Amino acid sequence: MLPNLVLYEEEYKLVTEVILRLVSEANAKVVFLVDKNGQLISSSGTTEGIDTTSLASLTAGNIAATGGLAKLIGEKEFTILFHEGEKDNIHISIIDHRVILVVIFDEKSSLGLVRLRVKKVGIELERIFKNINKKTKEASSGLGVDSPFAEITDDDIENLFS
Amino acid sequence: MSFINYSSREINCKIVYYGPGLCGKTTNLQFIYRKTNPQARGKMISLATETDRTLFFDFLPLSLGDIRGFKTRFHLYTVPGQVFYDASRKLILKGVDGVVFVADSQMERMEANIESYENLRINLKEQGYDLDKLPLVLQWNKRDLPNVINTEELHKALNSRNVPAFEAVAPEGIGVFETLKAIAKLVLIELKRGTSG
Repeated sequence: MLPNLVLYEEEYKLVTEVILRLVSEANAKVVFLVDKNGQLISSSGTTEGIDTTSLASLTAGNIAATGGLAKLIGEKEFTILFHEGEKDNIHISIIDHRVILVVIFDEKSSLGLVRLRVKKVGIELERIFKNINKKTKEASSGLGVDSPFAEITDDDIENLFS
Repeated sequence: MSFINYSSREINCKIVYYGPGLCGKTTNLQFIYRKTNPQARGKMISLATETDRTLFFDFLPLSLGDIRGFKTRFHLYTVPGQVFYDASRKLILKGVDGVVFVADSQMERMEANIESYENLRINLKEQGYDLDKLPLVLQWNKRDLPNVINTEELHKALNSRNVPAFEAVAPEGIGVFETLKAIAKLVLIELKRGTSG
């Protein structure tokens, strides 16, 4: 069981910088970073008109189903998925076993270029997420970072429903 | 597994509706979707067969409001209830923060309820969760039907943990929001407990 994913300002900035760079280097339309449980972490590019929440949830479902298939044939996971459409294509890859990098691109780019750039930023993202994991673990063991939720009162929770 | 984003000040939690086939999990989500302010919810996604049976999952993102300056978002999922979709059910339980177990109150579905509850226990265990510790709420659905079993019997069979349980008629919305509120509360309380120690 993985611990809660906690993303602080500093790492969020780093992650966003990396995927912003990926959009231009890969000539992509949009790049998303999604948690394996279907929560959107960050996005970059022309996201208007895209339902990002649904995209995140379906991507995670897709990865989960493909992961299930992988196990059935004795593979640990399939780290790359590619969906080809008439105009737009989706390239999906798993980073550090826990986050999913989604790149949407059209004829202005190519699968080869996207794969090349994804591979490069994958290493960077992996390093960032290893750090995030470490920080999350420290926070959950009560070290280092203050949690805003320790102070939540029953009234706060009750107020959400009033 | 909740996701806390300090940068956008959001907490995201995952709630899964579990239960035997045709117990009303999707109907719960459909009612919530219909009755929620469009600003507070996203699109509902149903991956269903041509006969409207859930094939993989239904998904409904909901925003509940702010708590200490953090937007609280709940992602509601259902599992496919039919026995042979077990592989899909396991996948959907990944990263769950709370479970609503929807039981079908009809006498003849009692065995299916118990089987599904045990299946939930096994599938959670495979993901490293303990059904006896995870935030859980029960719903006795279909109370309007003629051949229902009484709630004491349901309690005895399914509620050994003595968690909150609600009678419901999901298509009419009876008990639907009560169930949702109860699980959301338990998940937030767990979040508080989990981060305070």
